Amino acid sequence: MDLNYLWFGIVGFLFIGYFILDGFDFGVGMSLPFVTRNDQERRVVINTIGPIWDLNETWVIVGGASLFAAFPLWYATLFSGFYLALLLILASLILRGVSFEYRHKGHGAKWTGLFDTFIMIGSVVPALLWGVAFANIIQGVPIDADGNFTGNLLTLLNPYGLLGGVVTLALFFMHGLIYLALKTTGEIRERARSLATIVGLVAVPVGGGWLLWTVLQHVTIAHVGFIIAFAGLTALALVAAIIMVRLGRDGSAFIAMALTIAFALLTILSALFPNVMPSSTDPSYSLTIENASSSPYTLTVMTWVAAFAMPLVLAYQGWTFWVFRKRVTREMIPVS
Amino acid sequence: MIDWLDPLLLARWQFGLTTLYHFLFVPLTIGMSLLVAILQTAWYNTGKVHYLHLTRLFGKIFLINFAIGVVTGITQEFQFGMNWSEYSRFVGDVFGAPLAMEGLFAFFLEATFIGVWIFGWDKLSARMHLASIWLTTAAVSLSAYFIIAANSWMQNPVGYELNPETGRAELNDIGAVLFNPIALNAFPHTIVASIMFAGTVMVAVAAYHLSKGNHIDTMRSALKFGAFANIIAFAGTFLTGDGLSLAMTIAQPMKMAAAEALYETTSSASFSIFSWGTPDGSSEIFSLRIPALLSLLSTHTLNGTVEGLNDLQAQYSDLYGVGDYMPIIWLTYWSFRWMIGLGIFAALVSTAVLWVTRAGRRQAAWIWKVAMWTAPIPMLASLVGWTFAEMGRQPWLVFGLMKTEDGVSPYVTGWEVLTSLVVFTLIYGVLAVIEYRLIIKAAKEGPDEWAELGDRKTIDPAKLATVY
Ligand code: HDD
Ligand code: HEM
Ligand code: HEM
Repeated sequence: MDLNYLWFGIVGFLFIGYFILDGFDFGVGMSLPFVTRNDQERRVVINTIGPIWDLNETWVIVGGASLFAAFPLWYATLFSGFYLALLLILASLILRGVSFEYRHKGHGAKWTGLFDTFIMIGSVVPALLWGVAFANIIQGVPIDADGNFTGNLLTLLNPYGLLGGVVTLALFFMHGLIYLALKTTGEIRERARSLATIVGLVAVPVGGGWLLWTVLQHVTIAHVGFIIAFAGLTALALVAAIIMVRLGRDGSAFIAMALTIAFALLTILSALFPNVMPSSTDPSYSLTIENASSSPYTLTVMTWVAAFAMPLVLAYQGWTFWVFRKRVTREMIPVS
Repeated sequence: MIDWLDPLLLARWQFGLTTLYHFLFVPLTIGMSLLVAILQTAWYNTGKVHYLHLTRLFGKIFLINFAIGVVTGITQEFQFGMNWSEYSRFVGDVFGAPLAMEGLFAFFLEATFIGVWIFGWDKLSARMHLASIWLTTAAVSLSAYFIIAANSWMQNPVGYELNPETGRAELNDIGAVLFNPIALNAFPHTIVASIMFAGTVMVAVAAYHLSKGNHIDTMRSALKFGAFANIIAFAGTFLTGDGLSLAMTIAQPMKMAAAEALYETTSSASFSIFSWGTPDGSSEIFSLRIPALLSLLSTHTLNGTVEGLNDLQAQYSDLYGVGDYMPIIWLTYWSFRWMIGLGIFAALVSTAVLWVTRAGRRQAAWIWKVAMWTAPIPMLASLVGWTFAEMGRQPWLVFGLMKTEDGVSPYVTGWEVLTSLVVFTLIYGVLAVIEYRLIIKAAKEGPDEWAELGDRKTIDPAKLATVY
C-alpha cells in the first residue's frame, strides 16, 4: 500500500481523536447555563475538563500540521478556501482557551460572567462550524483547475452543510453532558443525565436524516457499502449511548458516545475516499489522496516520526486521564 | 497610492502582527518555565518554604501568560494555509514536516504536562510533580526548536530539490533541514533571549515587593536569581548572536549588508553604533563607529571583506532577473541596533541592581523604579530582533526561491483579509490588556499566604492544587 493512503488514515485518526476529545470540551462549555445554578457549580463543571482541555485541543493543531506535511495541497485549498469559517473557529478557540484560565483570576462576578459567556460562545461556534466544514468537504465545493476554492462563505451555508453543523452541535453537546455525568456527583450529574436524554432524542432524527442524505448522495460510489455500514454503526452507537444514560451507566454511555463520533467521522472519510476534496466545478479538478500528497520521501520520514511518537503520546495521555480519573465534587472547590 | 484592499499587503500586515503578537508571550513562556522549574527543584532539594512561595508566584504568572501563547499559536499554524496557500503548496513537502514533528513531539507533551503540573500537586508524588514541570520546560524548548528549524529553512533553504513537473520544492534530506546552520544558531539565541526576559520580570516583581518592604528575604532571593539569570543569558545572546551573524552572512549576505546599511563592498568594515544621514545612505552627516567590528561579526577576521548592498543587488539581478532585492534599509539598520542596545541596557540594569543591593545594603528608591520599568525591555529586544530577521529576508519569502508576493492566497479577497485583520487586532488588543492587568495583579498580590505552611514533609499538597 502506498504511504499516502496510510496518511489519509493517520489524518483521519487525528481528527477522530480531536472530535472525541475536544468534542466533550465543547459540550461541557455549552452545558454551563443548563446544568449549573451558581459559581461554585460552574467551577465544578469547568474543573472536570481543567487538566485536559489543552491536551484535547492540541489534537487539532497536530491534525492541521499533519495535513500540511502529508497533504500540502489539501491543506492549502481547505484553509484558504474556508477562510472566514476558520477565522470564526480560531476566534472562538482563542476566547474559550483564555477564559478557562482567566475567569477566576479577576475581580468579581461580572468579570467571571463575561468569561463564562466566552466559554459558551467559544464552544457552540466551533461545534457547529466543524460540522458545516466537513459536510461541505464531502459534498464537494467549487475548485478550479489549479486547486483553488472559488466560492465564498455563502457557498458553505447550504442546507446539507448546515444540517451537518447541527449534527455535530447535537453530538458534541450530548457527549459533553455524558462526560459531566461521568465526572460529577449529585445535582449536576442528575441535570446532565436528564438533559443528555433530551438532546439524544433530538440527535437521533437529525443525525439519522443527515446520514441518510449522505448515503443517498453517494449511492453511485463503488464502495457505498462501507458508507452504509458506518452510517448504520453511528446510528446504533448513538441509540446505545441514550440507553446507557437512562440506565445510569455513565462509563458505557461515554464509550458509546465516543464510538458514535468515531463512526460518524468514518462515514465521512469513506464518503470522501479516494478524494480528499471533491470539486463541484469539474470532477477532474478534485483533490485526491494521490494528487494532493507530499512526496514519498517526506511521507516516509513522517511515517517513522508518527510510528515513534504516536504510541508515546497515547501512553502519556492515557496516563493523564487516569491520574485525573476521580469525579470532581463541590468539596474540592475552595471557598473564595 | 496605497491600495488598502490589496490582499498581499493586508496578509503581510496580518502575518507580521499576529506573529509578533505570538512572540509577546512566547519568550516569557520559554524563560519562565525554566526559572520556575529551577525554583521548584530548589524547593524539592532543600525543603525551604520561600522557594515554594516563589515557585507558586512565578508559576501563576507563567500560566497567565501561557494561556495566550497557546491560543495565538493556533492562529499561526492555520495562517500558512489561510493566507499563504501558494506558499503552502510550494513548500508543504519540506516545511510541513518540522511543523508536524513539533506537534507530535512537543505540543502534545507540553499541553499534557502543563495540565498535570497545574492540577497535580495533590495527585502525584513530589518527585513526579517536579518531573512534570521539567517535561513542560523541555517540551516548550523543543517546540521552539522545530519552529525555528522551519523558519530557518525560509532563510536558508537546504535539503530539498525542485521538482520540474510540479514546480514544487520536495524534501530530500530531513537531516539537513533539522540541522540547518541557521537553526543551530538561532535556537540557542532565541532561548537565551527569552531567559533574559523572564529574568527581568522576576527582578521587577521582587523590586516591587522590596520597595514596599514585603517578604524581604523571599524577594531578595528572587531578585538575585532573576538578575543573575538575566546577566548570564545576556552573555549567551552575545555569544550565540556572534555565531548567528556568521551563519547569516553566509546564507544571506544581503541581510548583513542591510544590518549595517553598507552600500559599498568594504574590507575591515566598521560597525556604526549610531548614525545620522539620509535614509539611502548616500550622505552621512554623523556616525559613531567601532573599527573592523562588522568584519569581525560577519567573517570572524578583522580585515575580512563584507559585501555591500550595491554589489549584491547587481549580483542578484544577474542571478534571479531584474528586480529590487534590497530590504527596507532603515528598518533593518535600526532594528539590529535596537535589539542589541535594549539587551545591553537590560543587562546593565540587572548588574546595577545586584551592585546596589550587595551584602544587604540600603537601597535608594530609584533602583526599584528602574528595575520595574526594565521588565519589558528584553521582550522588545526580541520583537525587534525578529522584525530584523523577517524584514531583512524581504523581498524573499523563501530566500532565493519564492518571493513574498508569489506566496499569497490567490482567491482570498482583500475584504476577507481585512475582516480577519480587524478581528485579530480587536481580540488580541483586548487580550493584551487583560493579560497585562492579570499579571500585574498576581505580581502585586505576591506569594500565597498560608499561616501554617511547614517544610516539605508536613505541607498539605491539597492546599496547593490550584483549580480554575
Ligand atoms: C533579548 C534579546 C536579544 C539580544 C540581546 C540579542 N538578540 Fe539577536 N535576535 C534576537 C534577540 C536578541 C531574537 C528575537 O531572538 C532573534 C530573531 C530571530 C532569531 O533567531 O533570534 C534575533 C536575531 C538575530 C540575528 C538575525 C538572524 C537571522 O536573521 O537569521 C542576528 C544576526 C543576531 N540576532 C545577532 C545578535 C548579536 C550580534 C547580538 C549581540 C549582543 C544580539 N543578537 C543580541
Ligand atoms: C515569533 C517569531 C517570528 C516573528 C516575530 C516573525 C515576524 C514576522 C514579520 C514581522 C513578518 C512580516 C514581514 C513582512 O510584512 O514582509 C513576517 C513574515 C513572515 N514570516 Fe515571520 N516571524 C517569526 C517567525 C516565523 C516563523 C517561525 C515562520 C515560519 C515557520 C515565519 C514565517 C513567516 C511568513 C510565512 C511570513 C509572511 C511573508 C511576509 O510577509 O514576509 N515567521 N514574520
Ligand atoms: C510562525 C510560526 C509559528 C507557528 C506556526 C507557531 C505555532 C504554535 C502553536 C500552534 C502553539 C500552541 C501549542 C499548544 O497548543 O500547546 C504555539 C505555542 C508556542 N510557540 Fe509558537 N508558533 C510560531 C512561532 C514561534 C516561534 C518562533 C517560537 C519560538 C522561538 C515559538 C514558540 C512557541 C512556544 C514556546 C509555545 C508554547 C508556549 C506558549 O504557548 O506560549 N512559536 N506555537
